Parts: sequence; structure tokens; C-alpha cells
Amino acid sequence: MIQGIPLEHFLIVSTLMFFIGVCGFIIRRNLITMLMAIELILNSVNINFVVFNRYLYPDQLQGQFFSLFIVGIAAAEASVAIALIINIYRKLQNIDVENVNEMKY
Amino acid sequence: MFYMFSGIILICSLLTITTRRILRAAVYLLCVLLATAGLYFMLKYQFMAAVQLTLYAGGIVVLIIFSILLTHHISHLFEKPDLTKLIMGISAAVIGSVMVIATLLTHPFQAGSTTELPVDMTEIGNQLLSTGKNGYVLPFELISILLLAAMIAAIVIAKKDKNKNSEI
Repeated sequence: MIQGIPLEHFLIVSTLMFFIGVCGFIIRRNLITMLMAIELILNSVNINFVVFNRYLYPDQLQGQFFSLFIVGIAAAEASVAIALIINIYRKLQNIDVENVNEMKY
Repeated sequence: MFYMFSGIILICSLLTITTRRILRAAVYLLCVLLATAGLYFMLKYQFMAAVQLTLYAGGIVVLIIFSILLTHHISHLFEKPDLTKLIMGISAAVIGSVMVIATLLTHPFQAGSTTELPVDMTEIGNQLLSTGKNGYVLPFELISILLLAAMIAAIVIAKKDKNKNSEI
């Protein structure tokens, strides 16, 4: 135990954060805000990996590596998503999800 | 200390999805990421906390703020989300979180061996690039190729089309 805090408290925090992200992803219509909700979700998964690594397998580094890879994937995803968003804004002058169906062919 | 960090995380992540000004949402997201780095420091994973601070709080939030400034007026307010969507989202979140928390409170977690590995940069670098036991060189190479592909894709997507530009 680290400073007397049980494992479950970390997991409850990350679970609540995950579902706040899911809720934000559903109720928002703006593409950038949805991207921020995805960042919240990925961040909560990161907390889970790191906490499991520290509490259950402190002699290994697997959870840390997975968190590092998730951070890298989040960076790649954010860059591509923002390039797409800027392109959509140039074409449509706003970035609500309802208007993006013009990209269908 | 832990409860302060988790309070900051929960309140700021709620504010991120409920505030009606998008730039404030980005700043609240920055607070969430900084508090998460604080949690990593508490768990004595200095390297993860540094990665979190530089990549997430430094890189991704700056990228998001850039794109907000390119695509919005500062004073732009969101309209309120419609009621059915609000109900659906909140109920999905509440049901999911109740189920997950109930499951993890009843699951017995068994701690592994108590010998803690001293986590330093040398150890992380050696394991990340070794091909032997606990080696992670294949995912490392995969993620580097993914990052390269994402960079090229971002440039190609965001590039202006020369022919269309001349027409306009």
C-alpha cells in the first residue's frame, strides 16, 4: 500500500473519469470537445495501467510500457484528428458533427 | 494528498464536458492532466509523470488550443445539448460506472511479490529496447512507424490543395 491508500480508490477515480469522458463524448456536438473527451478516456486508462503495475506487479514494468504506448497513440490520434478538423473547418466554416456527413461519397 | 488530486481530477473533468466555453474546457483538461501527473509522482513513477507533463500537458493541450484558436471565436458559446441526448449520455455514464465500481469492489485483488523494482531511466530504456525476456522492442518499432505515418498523414490532410486555391 502506498501511503495507506487502497487500490480500489485509484480504480474508482479512473472509472468515474472514464465514464465522464463517455458522457461528454455522447452529449457534445463539437468535434474538438469530443476529442477532449477521448483524451479523458485515454488518460483514465493510463491511470489504471500504472496503478495495477505499482500495486500488483511492482517487480515489473509492463503497465508503464503500455501507458507509454497509449500516450504515443494519443499523440498520433490528436495530430491526425486536428488536421482533419482544420480541413473540415476550411470547407464548412464550422465543426459540428452533423455537418460532416458531406464527406460521404 | 491523493484525495486532493482525485478531487481536482473529478471536478475538472466534469467541468471539461459541461462548460460552454471551449477554451475553458481546454484549460480544465490541462488541470486534469496535471493532477494525473501528480498521481504518478505519488506512485513514484517519475518517468511516467515526466512523459505525462511533457507530452500530454505540453504537447496535446497546446495542439488542441491551437486548433480552437484557428476554428472558433473566443466569445463563442455552445448551445445547450438537447434533452434526449443529455438523458442518454448521463444514464449511460451512471449505469456503466455503477456496474464497473460494483464489480471492482467485489473482486479480490492479490498483490504480487513485494520486492519493488527500482524504477530508473536506465532500466526502462534497457527493457524497452531489449529483445529478450520482458523486452518491448517490437511494440516500440510499431509505435515509431505509427507516429511517422500519423505525421505524414497530418501533413497531407492539412495541406492546401494548389489547384483549388488557384480557382478561388
